[in-house]
Amino acid sequence: MQDSLTIARKKRKFDLPVTKLLPFLLPIILILFWQVSSTLGWLSSSVLPSPLAVLQDGIKLTQSGELPKNLSISLYRATVGLLIGGGVGFILGFINGMSKTCRLLFDSSIQMFRNIPHLALIPLIILWLGINESAKISLVAIGTMFPVYINTFHGISSVDPDLIEMGKSYELSKSQMFFKIIFPAALPQILVGIRYALGVMWTTLIVAETISASSGIGYMANNAEDFMDMETVILCIVVYAILGKISDLVAKSFESLLLEWQTTGRSNV
Amino acid sequence: MNKNSMIEIKNVNKMYQNLTALENVNLNINQGEFIALVGMSGGGKSTLLRLIAGLEKPTSGEITVGKDNSRSVMRMMFQEDRLLPWMNVLDNLSFGSKDKNTKAHAKELLDLVELGDYANHFPNQLSGGQKQRIALARALMTNPKVLLLDEPLGALDALTRRKMQDLILDVCQKQHLTTILVTHDVDEAARMADRIVVMKESTNYYEEDCPKNRNAGQIGIVADRVLNEILGEKEIQKQTA
Repeated sequence: MQDSLTIARKKRKFDLPVTKLLPFLLPIILILFWQVSSTLGWLSSSVLPSPLAVLQDGIKLTQSGELPKNLSISLYRATVGLLIGGGVGFILGFINGMSKTCRLLFDSSIQMFRNIPHLALIPLIILWLGINESAKISLVAIGTMFPVYINTFHGISSVDPDLIEMGKSYELSKSQMFFKIIFPAALPQILVGIRYALGVMWTTLIVAETISASSGIGYMANNAEDFMDMETVILCIVVYAILGKISDLVAKSFESLLLEWQTTGRSNV
Repeated sequence: MNKNSMIEIKNVNKMYQNLTALENVNLNINQGEFIALVGMSGGGKSTLLRLIAGLEKPTSGEITVGKDNSRSVMRMMFQEDRLLPWMNVLDNLSFGSKDKNTKAHAKELLDLVELGDYANHFPNQLSGGQKQRIALARALMTNPKVLLLDEPLGALDALTRRKMQDLILDVCQKQHLTTILVTHDVDEAARMADRIVVMKESTNYYEEDCPKNRNAGQIGIVADRVLNEILGEKEIQKQTA
């Protein structure tokens, strides 16, 4: 019995690095295949430059300071836009989830506004705000507001009524009811909204920076396109992919930190 | 309200739109008494318990709890454990308590329900019976004078159910709690209660006093009498034929 347990434990120890490495396997194979294809001349550098060339371009642009400068501007726009949009979405979701009157008053109009593709607002926003920072931040804010709103609203309005009744039987005040029952119960759904909003954030920023910007990763890609600089175009796309992956990882680690109770039980079963 | 009375229910009616849930219910429950409300589904047992708990208001009539008529002396245990899944056992117990020595008291109660080693577990790591024991401990956290039990053992297996019955009886007797148990199980009512109240057609129409220190035979006799009242003797004869 003890032997089988020891074997199982050893197997688990061996399994762990494999599970962690497995997600990287496909990208590594693709990059290797891409590099080999470029080296053997199967892929023209004018169509798709080799990964090594893209990497060298990245190092060159980092050393010149161009990549860090544009990266920090893009990150600034994304973060501020998400904070504003996510904040407004959360507040609207909260008040509409908590109050029936507010729901009747606002929800229908918000749903109507939500159905307009936010990227279709670009011409209007450029006309109103020009091509400065506020235009791009506003666009990101509008794009990220709705996923956070929908999920906060849904999370709050679908809290188990049995738990609310239990809170009532303990004569909890309204603020205690919110912080001890409603918010923690709605949190998994709110985090789903934030994770979705992060995806929308990058998509919106790419489009906004490509159409109307004089800085940022999107601008860099657009500028490189004008000069037929394929390495930089690919580099910008890779940077976006890495940024997207990092934000997803950050969101996931928030989930595992705040929703520890969801996984703790399962791992023990 | 007389001197020994803990809960007094006078001419209580409850209507849901056109549906009568309770009609002219009158009941007096003494301090330290264990009452079981039994009857068919839809008889108004749970509604009456919710009215006593203050979760709903009667359409007419009056329910008085204690001399101060305060609901804070009562705690309710539901059919579902209603533990907060994001809190560990200790935090679930401390939830809603304003006492400074909350954690120490919670640990005492965990020992009482024989789950002292589970303080840091989350509810999804516990079995159904363990969850209900935690729910009982939580109900006892604020040292209530009245314990309201809304079919808390309905979802448990027979063995766990029997253990929980003993635990509840033991706690109620030691702490001299006034207890109202809503149950579908007539045997459970006959085993646990001092008095059984049969709810039928939206009112309390029959009461059965149970003998003290009853044996299995007496429990069976009481259960049969109550069952007769619920179903009617003709129905019983039809079923046994």
